[in-house]
Amino acid sequence: MSTALVTDLTIFVLALLVGIEVIGKVPATLHTPLMSAANSIHGIVLAGALLIGVTAHSVVGYVLAFVAAFFAAANVVGGYAVTGRMLKMFRRKATPAAPKETPGP
Amino acid sequence: MNSFTTNIQLVYILAAACFVVGLHLMNSPATARRGNQVSTAGMAVAVVATLVLLIHAGTVTGIGWTVIIIGALLGSAAGLQSARKVQMTAMPQLVSMFNAVGGGAAALVAVYGYMHDESTKAGVLGTTTVTTALDVIIGSVTFTGSLIAAGKLQGVITGQPVVLRGGRLLNVALAVIAVGSAAFLLTTASLPALLIVVLAALAFGVMMVLPIGGADMPVVISLLNAFTGTAVAMAGFVITNWALIVAGALVGASGGILTKLMADAMNRSLANIIIGGFGTGDSALPVAVAVDAQVKSVAADDAAIQLGYASKVIVVPGYGLAAAQAQHAVAELAQVLQDRGIEVSYAIHPVAGRMPGHMNVLLAEANVPYPQLKEMEEINPEFPRADVALVIGANDVTNPAARRQGTAISGMPILDVDQAKSIIVVKRSMASGYAGIDNELYANPKTSMYFADAKKALAEMTAAVKTLVGLLPTGWLITERTLPLN
Repeated sequence: MSTALVTDLTIFVLALLVGIEVIGKVPATLHTPLMSAANSIHGIVLAGALLIGVTAHSVVGYVLAFVAAFFAAANVVGGYAVTGRMLKMFRRKATPAAPKETPGP
Repeated sequence: MNSFTTNIQLVYILAAACFVVGLHLMNSPATARRGNQVSTAGMAVAVVATLVLLIHAGTVTGIGWTVIIIGALLGSAAGLQSARKVQMTAMPQLVSMFNAVGGGAAALVAVYGYMHDESTKAGVLGTTTVTTALDVIIGSVTFTGSLIAAGKLQGVITGQPVVLRGGRLLNVALAVIAVGSAAFLLTTASLPALLIVVLAALAFGVMMVLPIGGADMPVVISLLNAFTGTAVAMAGFVITNWALIVAGALVGASGGILTKLMADAMNRSLANIIIGGFGTGDSALPVAVAVDAQVKSVAADDAAIQLGYASKVIVVPGYGLAAAQAQHAVAELAQVLQDRGIEVSYAIHPVAGRMPGHMNVLLAEANVPYPQLKEMEEINPEFPRADVALVIGANDVTNPAARRQGTAISGMPILDVDQAKSIIVVKRSMASGYAGIDNELYANPKTSMYFADAKKALAEMTAAVKTLVGLLPTGWLITERTLPLN
């Protein structure tokens, strides 16, 4: 195993543990937005899709770059937009129209 | 690593940190929106850094720039469009589609990486191939599996489990082909072998999800979400990009946790769900409960009297509520009751809906304040204090048979609806739930059945409660409930 792979594996395992720790605290109420947020985060694969362009100099390469960029961009933009849309609906009080301050109990 | 690439890696680490902080802020509805913004900012930074990297590399051809920019713009437009117009009831399909494209993109990144290495080096061998193969397999399975799941949720493909003769054998064969070809790649660089891996994995994804029934979708979506995350992390290994590794691991963890929560909430093992169970007809042992003979039905006026004189009402919504698009109707009824000083809360079972937390989003959309949405562990102790439990479109998750041994749902955690002082069940017919067994709750002497479509029933009850309130002398309203206590 190369040093680079060991480094990558270390990062992977630590990130997995951080993920379990952080996500375990998300309440069930927010599980749908959580999944949708997680969805947008894995849209980071867009970086990988764009990087295909660095070495793509053939038709196959271009096609793969195009499809990957399309998929990943749909994932990122759609994911963040829909997560934001959902979270906007979660309100503490029933009256959304009046944005006046509501004193706590 | 020269100083330029080091700086870019640092930016990627910053982006990864934003993702973690963003997810952390999702631990409360009050901060969740900020969390999404932080995460979005991290993503923007990562994408800009990538573009800088592309420019710096200087090897991107004109056609290369054109295809990636047009691809990304078209993808963004498609994503934005679907995010804007999607109905909240259709969220599970959309999330599935995002899983599909994410997994697909991750697989393509690995396929390209392999092709490129294969053509430029004498041969691609060793550990790189392991992560490449894993990425290709997981990404491809996720791609077709998620498409099938989305099709089932949308109703394009039947929600019933599709069990093909010899299907399991075919699954095993496909898995063997995919893994076998991948193993071959470890010793011999071969593009055709990689394509066989891709095709076998794509077919496996279809075959894996087809036999799974609609009620198991919360588990399937969570699992595919975990798969996508893992595929993206593997893509990070392939191109040595830490942002992808961290983001993929986070999503993998999230999907994994949700998968476990969902499977636990149905008291079924993952293997049991994947292999197929409910609805395939061989596992459910129907328990003979002569339910039909003893059920009591109720009309809107009587239901309104029960509700109108209660001091605490717990609403138990299930997928039937969403299917009938009745979430706004239930919110309206709850509002009328609250105006009378009645305490209303919602008991949300973890698998109410078609994906984790789906019911909460549907009710939030109907303007129900989130403090009223209670999780199972939180609400169960409150049922004995509830005057009325109003069950709408929920079935198996309220069946006391789960507490006994020997039924199809034994051991499944349920909402303790039968502990309430009285129970009103809104249901279209006596048809059984997904588990295919009678619900003993309906035969309970405390239970009244209201046979109607959820939306219509709620509208009738709301009207009846309003009439009742109007008929009452004003003095009746001044009870201990409407005094400052509340």
